[in-house]
Amino acid sequence: MPRYLHLLWVHLRLGILNELQYRTNLGVQLIQSFMGLATSLLGLGVIFSKTDNLAGWRPAELLAIVGVYSLVSGLTQLIVRPSLSRFMEDIRLGTLDFTLTKPVDAQMLVSMRQIEVWKLVDVIVGIVVLAVAMVQLGATIGPAEAVLFVIALLAGVTIIYSFLMILAICAFWFVKLDNILQIFQSMYEAGRWPIAVYPPWLRAALTFLVPVGFAITVPAEGLVGRMTIGSILGAVGLAIALPLVARWFWRIGVRHYSGASA
Amino acid sequence: MIDLVHLYRAQFKTTIAEQFQYRGALVIWLLGLILEPVIYLSVWSAVARSQGGAVDSFTAADFAAYYLIAMMVDHAGFTWVMWEMEFWIRQGNLSPLLVRPVHPIHRYIANNLTFKLLTFVVVLPVVLVLALVFRPNFTITAASALAFAPALILAMALRFALEWTIATAAFWVTRVNAINQLYFVAFLFLSGFAVPLPLLPGPVQAVAQWLPFYRFLGFPVDVLLGRLPTDQLLIGFGAQVAWLVVALWLLNATWARGVRQYSAVGA
Repeated sequence: MPRYLHLLWVHLRLGILNELQYRTNLGVQLIQSFMGLATSLLGLGVIFSKTDNLAGWRPAELLAIVGVYSLVSGLTQLIVRPSLSRFMEDIRLGTLDFTLTKPVDAQMLVSMRQIEVWKLVDVIVGIVVLAVAMVQLGATIGPAEAVLFVIALLAGVTIIYSFLMILAICAFWFVKLDNILQIFQSMYEAGRWPIAVYPPWLRAALTFLVPVGFAITVPAEGLVGRMTIGSILGAVGLAIALPLVARWFWRIGVRHYSGASA
Repeated sequence: MIDLVHLYRAQFKTTIAEQFQYRGALVIWLLGLILEPVIYLSVWSAVARSQGGAVDSFTAADFAAYYLIAMMVDHAGFTWVMWEMEFWIRQGNLSPLLVRPVHPIHRYIANNLTFKLLTFVVVLPVVLVLALVFRPNFTITAASALAFAPALILAMALRFALEWTIATAAFWVTRVNAINQLYFVAFLFLSGFAVPLPLLPGPVQAVAQWLPFYRFLGFPVDVLLGRLPTDQLLIGFGAQVAWLVVALWLLNATWARGVRQYSAVGA
């Protein structure tokens, strides 16, 4: 394990060094994060000018969702999304050979190889929004809520990682699939709102088909004290099961891989 | 003229062939296109429910009608030129298009319309299924349907001209992502897409009336659903035509300057 942490650190440093060459990208990222936040806040503003609750959620509680949305999106786009994009490109070009022959676990390596440092802006924005939401919610946050939130957040990130990994592994068979991660992005947009607002069929799809509900709504529930035993158990259960499925699928995929250039 | 007809026909055929090759990409576009209005529809229906059935005279069924039509108007009007142009310019792909004897916009229009014709075959059944789920209150009359046709055509032309104009920014700026995003946030809130116009706060509504966004999305929807009195209808058509003239003039001006500026990066 320390070995992988060290590897992650090396790639993080590489990512930073690489990005420092393109400093205007920071400006672009700042604008993007700001726009994303503006979209969420303007939406909340308009809606709460017409009602005092949305499917039972009060304004400060929805603000917590906005924070989790930004935080989880920042965390996945920091490491997972860029690494998996590169992984799929490697399958297409046959350059995955070089990764498979390295003396470390290849799945770990392809999951952390590309880091987009500026996405940290989204993570920071998420934390700030969460802090504001917590201040607004006031005394209702105790240690129990905090612990539940952290557990649910870790489970959520694990679920999204495994889900994206499973999508990316499909590239072993379909080769040109670079847009598949985009599908996830448009589904992820649905996570700006608590999944309780959606009709039952869509809610089911956003819980089990594309686990946005577990990744965003459930951690926010933990924070605002709305969590049920069922949802946290579901999230933790899925966070254990889905990585195992991804691992199993990875093994099949690698066995199928024959290298494009060799 | 005859040449242009030939060009459009040829482009039509190649696009169909192309699209059948990349069915995956097609599905992805459709998913985003369908999901976004469904998200806003769900959120506004939830608001209506929490207010005891209606927000400012909009019931859940009215929202359903509004968003299902908006989905089709959005589908008819959207372009992807703002991303494509950046790619063409950055990669130097624009060069071969420029040396052809016709303006590249013709190739693009033919391409875009063919793509929509193809995808409409999927969008229509999806809208029908969603209509069964959301039970919309369609208040369409023969007269409103008649007025809808020119409103939609003007909306498509306007959105096309405007997004092409913005796309020409790529001649001067190599990373247009920030501009595109600014445009989309404005579009989202001022076009009637995230929020039907009557639900916006008063001053914002007034601003939105003057800007082009509402004219190419919310306006045709309101026309078809017969939500507008006659004077608003006439003002709306007038605004569509006026903005179209402005957008075409701008496009001509920026295109002419941009092409002179263009130095074929990467070629």
